[in-house]
Amino acid sequence: MGEILRDAWVVARKDLALELRTKTGLVSAAVFTALVLTVFNFGRDPTAVAALDLAPSILWVTFTFAAVLSLNRAFQLELENQALEGLLVSPIDRRSLYLGKLFANLIFVGLVEAVGLPLFALFFNIPIINILLPLAGLIAVATVGFVAVGTLLSALVIRVRFAELMLPVLLLPFLIPPLIGAVQVTARLLSGRPLSEVSGWLRLLLAYDLVFVSLATMLFSATVDE
Amino acid sequence: MLWADGVRHRFGAVPALDDVTFTLPAGHTLALFGPNGAGKTTLLKILAGLIKPSAGRAGVEGGRAGVGWIGHQSLLYGQLTVRENLRFWGSLYRVRGSVLETRIDALAARLDLGEQVDRRVATLSRGQTQRAAIARALVHEPTILLLDEPFTGLDRVAASELAHLVKAFARAGEGRATLLVTHNVEEGTDLATDIAIIKAGRLVEFAPRNARTAEQVGARYRELVS
Repeated sequence: MGEILRDAWVVARKDLALELRTKTGLVSAAVFTALVLTVFNFGRDPTAVAALDLAPSILWVTFTFAAVLSLNRAFQLELENQALEGLLVSPIDRRSLYLGKLFANLIFVGLVEAVGLPLFALFFNIPIINILLPLAGLIAVATVGFVAVGTLLSALVIRVRFAELMLPVLLLPFLIPPLIGAVQVTARLLSGRPLSEVSGWLRLLLAYDLVFVSLATMLFSATVDE
Repeated sequence: MLWADGVRHRFGAVPALDDVTFTLPAGHTLALFGPNGAGKTTLLKILAGLIKPSAGRAGVEGGRAGVGWIGHQSLLYGQLTVRENLRFWGSLYRVRGSVLETRIDALAARLDLGEQVDRRVATLSRGQTQRAAIARALVHEPTILLLDEPFTGLDRVAASELAHLVKAFARAGEGRATLLVTHNVEEGTDLATDIAIIKAGRLVEFAPRNARTAEQVGARYRELVS
């Protein structure tokens, strides 16, 4: 297992180095996040619906679309000069390749969310300082599930035409359960309710992470091998 | 050594390889000729472990860790420098630390990469990129070299350099074997100790080159393939 994780980190480090070199994906996703929040901010009638009622859904819709945008690039990197072929010929375990992509995507999506969260608080005038720790924890738990499934599916669609369109079509149905859970827990957190009220949703999110990280790690080989 | 034993492969309903059997002992260089769609690249990918054959067995001595793969694409990341690429690929083959750095410097010197080793791959010429691709394939000191149409797009000087390097690889150590897939009968024959011709997925010739000239091999190829 140690060797698998070490190889995974080699892959993740390379992906992050590539991203930091160009910053194209990171900047695009961060700008996209800011734009979506802006559109939602000006597209709602504050006299009709309270910001607090809409805020949890808007936060998660924004993060979901930003994650999809980010995940699209995960395997696009490997199409350049057919590097994917080299990765598959190399002796690293396929699980290392998947986990490496997962780590890099988690860091990448996490950075985008770190940009989006303060903007969300600013646009919707919602104080999050007091709940920052549990909210960050919730975002982390929900993001692991999103990204685990998204990383697998981005590998699946890499060789098909219109991969950018196929990924959201395949991914979004899988995201419905964690999205519902994340919205429910966020709503309770923003209302100042105790987390014990949503312990069932939290358990669902954790179970989703566990099941999909394990499943995706096992199934990854079938998606990349011809 | 590399071998194929009764290898058959289909892409859906389309047969790609039909009962391919051969053994290439250590110390030999095989040039595999065939028209487009004959199954050359499929056979190479099966030997490299990129494709699982529909039937039969194939492989290389030492498994994927011993394979150096050179295609007509460089498999390099354009936004990383040659050195960063070599560090990444070396790490995947468990070559790390000072051993890896020493090898990178030695390969850069041997392949006349000079200061290009610290330049981004995207800024290199085709010939320089191909030399970097060769360095990538050799950084883990493979015992088996698999080359898929490596002369495609190379000018005469770069093609000559590549041919020289393939010869040097075969001479550099015991237990080494090379399989070269190419359309170029002249360059392939010049490098080979053995000649194979594949037609419609069947190996129609596998014989030592002996003293045959490229013209004689070309005549035989036309006779079998036409």
